Formats: sequence, structure tokens, C-alpha cells
Amino acid sequence: MAKLSTLAKTVRSKNAGVDKITFDVIFRDRETYERVKQSGAITRASVARLYRIPETRISDFVAFDPACAIKFTIYRDRPSGSPGDTDIFGAQQYAPLLDIEVPLK
Amino acid sequence: MSKRTLRFLCPNGHLGFAPIQTESFYLGVATNPDVILADSGSDDIGPGPLGADTSTSPRAWQAHDLEHMLLASRKLGVPMIIGSAGDTGTNSRVDLYVGMIREIAARHHLASFKLGYFYSEVPKESLRRNMEGGETIEGLDGRPALTPQELEATDRIVAMAGIHPYTELLDRGADVIIGGRGSDCVIFAGPAIRAGYPEALSYYLGKVLECASFNAEPYAGKETVIGEISMEDVQLTAMHPAQRCTVASVAGHAMYERSNPFFEYVLGGMLDMRQCRYEQVDEKTTRVTGPVFVPARDLRVKLEGAGKVGERYVGIAGVRDPYTVANIDRVIGWARQQVRARLGDSGYELYYHVYGKNGVMGDLEPLKDAPGHELGIVVYGIAPEAALAEEVCMMGTRQMFYARLPEVKGTAGGVAFPLDEVMRASPAYRWTVNHTMRVRDPLELFPLHLVDVGMPAAARRG
Repeated sequence: MAKLSTLAKTVRSKNAGVDKITFDVIFRDRETYERVKQSGAITRASVARLYRIPETRISDFVAFDPACAIKFTIYRDRPSGSPGDTDIFGAQQYAPLLDIEVPLK
Repeated sequence: MSKRTLRFLCPNGHLGFAPIQTESFYLGVATNPDVILADSGSDDIGPGPLGADTSTSPRAWQAHDLEHMLLASRKLGVPMIIGSAGDTGTNSRVDLYVGMIREIAARHHLASFKLGYFYSEVPKESLRRNMEGGETIEGLDGRPALTPQELEATDRIVAMAGIHPYTELLDRGADVIIGGRGSDCVIFAGPAIRAGYPEALSYYLGKVLECASFNAEPYAGKETVIGEISMEDVQLTAMHPAQRCTVASVAGHAMYERSNPFFEYVLGGMLDMRQCRYEQVDEKTTRVTGPVFVPARDLRVKLEGAGKVGERYVGIAGVRDPYTVANIDRVIGWARQQVRARLGDSGYELYYHVYGKNGVMGDLEPLKDAPGHELGIVVYGIAPEAALAEEVCMMGTRQMFYARLPEVKGTAGGVAFPLDEVMRASPAYRWTVNHTMRVRDPLELFPLHLVDVGMPAAARRG
């Protein structure tokens, strides 16, 4: 097992338009990327569980081979910057991903 | 086509938000680019600037970048293009930048040039007429179609231009263009398509160059990158001595701040990046081939709109008692109940962000049941009138002090106040419009203007 924070080069979140936040997990090399992808630790279901949201709140979930990246996008519970929003840029929503335990064969 | 390639210099991904770093800019200028351009807009900044018709960027930083870019563009005799002027691309922001260009030109006694500009605001009245005529203003990102009520709640709307105002103004002879709101990539795609390069590569160039050095590594903002388009490929080269455009950084940027890394939508079509191939050409340059452009059957323009929710006050409190930390929801519940008892259930909004528990992530926080040893609470009171917003915020903040927790040891005040006051913040707005509307002509929402700026040759000699 290894924490995602030790395997990924970049883990980030950011607005994708005003109604969504997108998450990028980018790996330094193709081998690590493929191992994490195959591990099943980061899936639509696992991130839904981690953020305690229904899978229907995840609009996109893709493996993006050219960038060695796993990327997913969620609908916000309110548009960015609206009253009650805590993160106008959506820039600090990725932290729980850092602690995902990835089983490595 | 007179040249085999066209080279685009981009120094900044959001002109004005932070000043450009001039070292890499002038290294780029020294390579004689064919166009100098930057986008200046973003909806990341929240709905406030659009709703209130202000900039989030300081005027001095906007002027700084415009001055460097204008002087370089006039010296090289190449076009300068700015998109989404002043953060929001509203009419007042276009006028602001047009005024700055005139002022900079006068101060430097620049030779006469043609300044093109266009507006992007959509009057509510014309949208209302369209809706009454049976046109559906379709929602994006899961939103329902626009209703008359939501339109009524909106203060200001801008439409996202495609390449069309840019190509048209260039056709009319513009040397410098200040754009209203538009898609980031179109300021690049416009001149490239006009020069005869393939649409797919032209839009792709814009897609990966619009944030300047965010497509390079190591991470650094506001540094210049050169994008070069040919009939076969796009090549990105970092100008900062320590930065490189790598396969990883360029591909990584293609997915930046988009829900999906494969598709980019603009007025007139969609860029399909599923078949893109990335190759390292030299240490600082990456080459991309393979994007596909799919023209749209219907012309649908994206609309952004913001509406005022109310005046806003902010209060701050801290908690250190572990029992109070563990029962913070009850403390807030007490304060909310006191506000309701005095002011009723509606006519205002009251929010608590509890830092140390879930102040950053709200309901998405997995660790909200494991708070820190101290909490910081930010209280927001919002109401149509400032006096009511202040009272909501003051009562919502101060009543935490009097929260009735049965087992609490401290009976001289339930929270710590760093300030015994609440502070007036900017009014609260919300995004009311994130929709698309059908248009017949891609120019119909974007009135064009062309004026002469600078000194005629005779006057300069005199």
C-alpha cells in the first residue's frame, strides 16, 4: 500500500465553469500511472464514497493517458461565489485524495 | 499564405489579475512573434464583478500589461489582441481598456494605428423578448432552462464571443483589438483561421496557450510562452530560461479547469482532443498534432449572468473550549434560533463557515467529525438592506457568545471575538445565468467598432 500523495506528482482541484469543480491527479511516469489506474483505488465509486456524494454528482470521470492523469468532475452544491460558498476557485477541495491508500502489486 | 508558420506570443493567462513577468516577455518579443495576445477574463472570480460591473484586478496592473504589450506590438508592427477585457468583458470594461490604450498611445506619442473593439453585453430586454417569442434559453451543467424569474433576478449578462468579431475586425484593418467577453481560445484561433490554418489546430493552439506559462514546467504564472502553428502541427515553447513546455505540462494543461480533457466547446463548434498526439521536440518545446474540429449544426452562444442577492456583513469568532468545540453545531443552532426569534424565518440569509471543522469543504469534508483544538467561525449576514444585513450578522455572531450549553464550564462567554464588530463586505451576488441561446449570425450580439488612435505622421514630425 502507498498513499496517493507519495505516488502522484500533482493533485489539484479547480473550478470547471461556475457549477462544477474538477479534480486532476497527475503522475510523473507512465508506469506509476498505469499501476494506480489498474489498482482500482481511484474510481467513480471510490471518490463518491470519499466525498460522501452520490455518483450522480460526478459529471465526468476519465483516465487521460497523454497526461498520465486521472480526472473527475463534480457538480457543486451551489455556484461558485454564491452566498454560502466556501471556495470561490474550488482550489482546496482535493486534500482528501492525498490520503487514498493505493494497493500496489 | 505568406508564411509557413504563424507565431503567437502570450504573456499572461488572465491579464490584470497579476502583472506579467517582463524578462520572459521580452525574450519572447526578441524572437519577432507575429501576434501578441492575452485573455483578460475569467468566471473563476465569482459573480460579484460581473453583477456589480467592476474589475477584480487593480487598474495599475491592467495598465502595466497593456503598456508592455502595446509598445511591443507597435514596435514590431504586429497585431495585439486582448479578450474578455477587465475580468468580465462587460461594456464598461471594454471602454476602460480602450481608454487605457488611448492614454498609453498618447503618452508614448505612438504613430497612428487602428483600434478595434466590440461589446458583449446582452440586454435583459432582448433576452426576455426572445423567451416570449418561444426561444428556449437552455441551461448548462445540469441547470434548467432560464425562467423569467431568474432573468428578472439578473443584473448583467454577457455573451461568449467566438472567433467572428476578431476575424471581422482584423479584416477591417484593426492593429489592436480589445474584446468583450469571449471564449479564451478564440483570440488565438481567430487570427490563425483567418490566415488559412486548419480550424482544429487553430482552436487547439488557443486552448493550450490561453493560460501562458501554466502549460510549462516547473510551475510559474505570468511567464511568456510562444505558440507556433503550421498546417500540420502546433508547437509550444516556454520563454522563461528555467521553464520548459513538456509533453506532461502541455497535455496536463489541455485538461486544466475543464470538466473533460477531450472536448472544448466554442460558438460554432467543438474541439475534439481525443486523438491528440504529444511529442517533445527539444528541451523547451512540445509538438501537438491530431485535434479535430466538429462544426456545430446550431449556433448556440454561451451566456453568463449574475444577480445581486443583497448587502453583506461578515463577523468572526473563535472557540477554544473543547466541550464547545465538540458542540459547535448547538452553539450555531442557538444563534440561528435567536436571529429567527427576532427577525423571522425569511427576508435574509445567514451562513456559518467553521474553520477547523469543515470551513473549507463544507459537506464534502470527510473529517468534519474530527475538529481541531480550536475553531474559527466566519459569519455572513445577507439581506436586501444594509441595516438588516448588519443586524442579522451582528446577532448571528454575538449570540454565539450566549449559547446555552448545559455542561459548559466557562460561563462568561462561549466564544472569543477578535473584533467586537461586524464588517461590511461587498454585496453578495450569484450566478443566475449559465445558459446557451441560439443565434442566426455569430456576430449579432457583438457590435463592432473601429477607431484611429495615436498621432498622424505629420503631427509626430511637428
